Amino acid sequence: MRQEERRPASRGGPLLSMRDIQKEFPGVRALDGVSLSVGHGRIHALMGENGAGKSTLMKVLSGVHPTGSYTGEVLVDGEPCAFSGVADSERAGIAIIHQELALIPQLSISENVFLGHEQARYGVVDWGATHARARALLRRVGLDENPATPVSALSVGARQLVEIAKALAKRVRLLILDEPTSALNEVESTRLLELLLDLREQGVTCILISHKLGEVVRVCDEVTILRDGRTIETLAVERDADGTPSIDEDRIIRGMVGRELDQRHPPRTGEIGEVRFQVRDWTVDHPVQAGRRVVDGVDLTLRAGEVVGMAGLMGAGRTEFAMSLFGRSYGRHVRGSVLKDGAELATGSVAEAIRGGIAYVPEDRKSLGLVLDDDIRHNTTLAALGRVSARGVLDPGLEAVEAARMSERMRVRSHGTTQVVRTLSGGNQQKVVLGKWMFTRPELLILDEPTRGIDVGAKYEIYLIVRRLAAEGACVLLISSELPEILGMCDRIYTMCEGRITGEVPGRGADQETLMRLMTRTGGHP
Amino acid sequence: MKEPTTTSRLAQLGGALMRGNSRQYGMAIALVAIIVLFQILTGGLLLTPLNVTNLIMQNSYILILAIGMMLVIVTGHIDLSVGSVVAFTGAVSAIMLTSWGLPTVAVVPLALVIGALIGAWQGFWVAYVRVPAFIVTLAGMLVFRGATLAVLGGESVAPLPQNLRSIASGFLPGQGGDGPHLPTLLLGALGAALIVWIQWSSRSRSRGYGLPVAPAPVTAAASVLTVAAVLAFTYVLADYNGLPIVGLLLVALIAGYSFVMRSTTMGRRVYAVGGSEQAAALSGIRTQRTTFWVFVNMGVLSALAGVVFTARLNAATPGAGTMFELDAIAAAFIGGASASGGVGTVIGAVIGALVMGVLNNGMSLIGLGVDWQQLIKGLVLLLAVAFDIYNKRRVNTRPAAPAASEPGGDGRGSGGGSAPLADRERANS
Repeated sequence: MRQEERRPASRGGPLLSMRDIQKEFPGVRALDGVSLSVGHGRIHALMGENGAGKSTLMKVLSGVHPTGSYTGEVLVDGEPCAFSGVADSERAGIAIIHQELALIPQLSISENVFLGHEQARYGVVDWGATHARARALLRRVGLDENPATPVSALSVGARQLVEIAKALAKRVRLLILDEPTSALNEVESTRLLELLLDLREQGVTCILISHKLGEVVRVCDEVTILRDGRTIETLAVERDADGTPSIDEDRIIRGMVGRELDQRHPPRTGEIGEVRFQVRDWTVDHPVQAGRRVVDGVDLTLRAGEVVGMAGLMGAGRTEFAMSLFGRSYGRHVRGSVLKDGAELATGSVAEAIRGGIAYVPEDRKSLGLVLDDDIRHNTTLAALGRVSARGVLDPGLEAVEAARMSERMRVRSHGTTQVVRTLSGGNQQKVVLGKWMFTRPELLILDEPTRGIDVGAKYEIYLIVRRLAAEGACVLLISSELPEILGMCDRIYTMCEGRITGEVPGRGADQETLMRLMTRTGGHP
Repeated sequence: MKEPTTTSRLAQLGGALMRGNSRQYGMAIALVAIIVLFQILTGGLLLTPLNVTNLIMQNSYILILAIGMMLVIVTGHIDLSVGSVVAFTGAVSAIMLTSWGLPTVAVVPLALVIGALIGAWQGFWVAYVRVPAFIVTLAGMLVFRGATLAVLGGESVAPLPQNLRSIASGFLPGQGGDGPHLPTLLLGALGAALIVWIQWSSRSRSRGYGLPVAPAPVTAAASVLTVAAVLAFTYVLADYNGLPIVGLLLVALIAGYSFVMRSTTMGRRVYAVGGSEQAAALSGIRTQRTTFWVFVNMGVLSALAGVVFTARLNAATPGAGTMFELDAIAAAFIGGASASGGVGTVIGAVIGALVMGVLNNGMSLIGLGVDWQQLIKGLVLLLAVAFDIYNKRRVNTRPAAPAASEPGGDGRGSGGGSAPLADRERANS
């Protein structure tokens, strides 16, 4: 079978067709009958909101989710495929370039390009052939670098090109790029997109996953839109003589978000009060790359009892903003001021931020939010040990009682508060993190992607907790990439792009199209 | 993991004494088994009053080191330099006593200060510069061994004043004449009473909070057992010369450090830093400072061990303390510490050190050579840790509750968290 796949493509049918793919994770159906057909020598965009199933679908295709872990058919050149690992899909000519680049920084460009299939004879590397072939591949991707340069010395854009060269070295026929331009600047992005057009001329087929609508309509031949684990539609993009595409960004947005908001968010209770927290001109530089501003002059206000949303695409600087605000846990040269009830608030360290009433529920709960090998009890009290101790001596009984009370309030499902949090499900782990921060009695709770990877039921419970906290008069800042969540929960929404606030809209009456447009508004100020 | 059954209630009771952990119970049982085994093999020689006293004195400095090492390992680090620090502080103490003629009461605190400074030096590199502790303390191992040789000029300094030697080989003063040593028995009774009081008062406190407690007969049985064990132990000691001074020192250290690690916010922070440094930092804990002080503490305890060892040997020698670091590390791991940090107890380290000590002593008594002793000790370490890892895996796989892994999630932004935090910490210093 694999031999046949290597034969020159029969030009009749599509290169790839995936039919009725279904894939379940515990508690979540990630793919619910997705079909995708990609023709030879096309650039095919795969679009959808976060969680729509794009990455899962590509993991099925590349063998990360092996055959048997999903149902449905994958055909390459009309032949059914059963990939049990990435090696199998690579043999079939499929290569995937992930958001996190899979290069080894300490090795040279050539070594990376031929990693795993070295130019060698009897196990002895032929360095002459390696460098010569690497040089040829680098020319093909338009990267003017010495193949002996270590990858660590390259910019992110150049690394992207090395990844593509690596894929080409494996005689790739279908190249999958997962948000390739999200970490690139304008010039690098343009260069990469032009390379994709070049490769198309050379017969390489490409699947492009991207949130940037502009680049999709610029280079793609087809667009398939996924929503909630289903294929919604596939649109053909035609271009007339001056390159004007036949569909516009709004058409794609409509496909991506075309759904009514239902009762997945609990209704608002309580009143919105006075302004409690103000952030003025908050600016943060990248911790390593000198001079790169990650957060640029952010101003915002938060009122008592208000749930304020912060919408933005990946890399917009939302997490960086939140972490730098929370005791300068991110970045360098953090400047700007935080006012609480009109008075300047010291947030120089995490301890100060906590004392000032700020709590931050991090995006990465496993490594930043919890001590995984400790139990619910100790995790709950960790950020407010003073509440269960006197003069530095802990009161284990009080701790047990308080942790049990909080656990119940958060509706954590466990065998008891001595259960180790590693053994809890994702939703319950998140409730423990929430409980930990509620235990600090926050006046401003910052939630960073609080429902990522959590099933629908637990999501609703988390929304309820947020609502209740707001009703008690706290301020909530909700950072999320899921627009339905932002729209369903927030009283007021800021949009962020490239480190700047690009818009502020009231939650009532806002729609996803508006937000999406503001979130992709690069360069300009509101 | 724990079902609400009688066994788990018993476990909770045990957990009141030691921070619950399977390997620790396993090793406590193993320690008893090893003691019984050698008691039989040696024809009753192992538990004679003389030998029990010897056991304590022979292992005192390893026990002191094991306590400090446990803290270092709990924070996720390691200290390879303790053997050299023992030698260096011992050498400096000996010179202060003999060449400078300083009194013992001045020399001992000075030695501890030197130990603290050494710990601060190493802690600085580990916590603030973020050089891996393995490298820092490997360097320290060489530096302080070299410094020892330099200070001593390659020769031993001996003999040392009597009052220093009594730290390691002296006994509590008591009545002259025959019969068991009364002050030791009194101290034993006092200690037993204190433990029983703690057991019952913590039980009634828990009850006051409406928490489930063990039934009174179970607590009573536990109390009777502790009293019996403590009294039997002190009686054996009293039968010889009474409680060694170093034994009293050890009891104080074990009790003090157990209390700090189990019942204070300081101890809780050490565990949190070792369990997840980033989560601890985002909970407002000053992780760098915590790590720094753990190394300072290790330095002080190394100096204390250095004083005790030098006093016991009645000489400061250039080769003193060689391989002590490995004994201390082995004791911590046998006693339930996790190499990845966040897990381990003081009692566990003590049990681990005793397992090694009894093995050493027992094997010597039955005439096994050093070759076999090392071999067996090595295997015990390996098996103890392997058993624990096997146990954990079994427990972890049982509740099949894998966290719902990113359905289509684009898990990108997570990078925004972890790496920048580390960068931030570095930039901070």
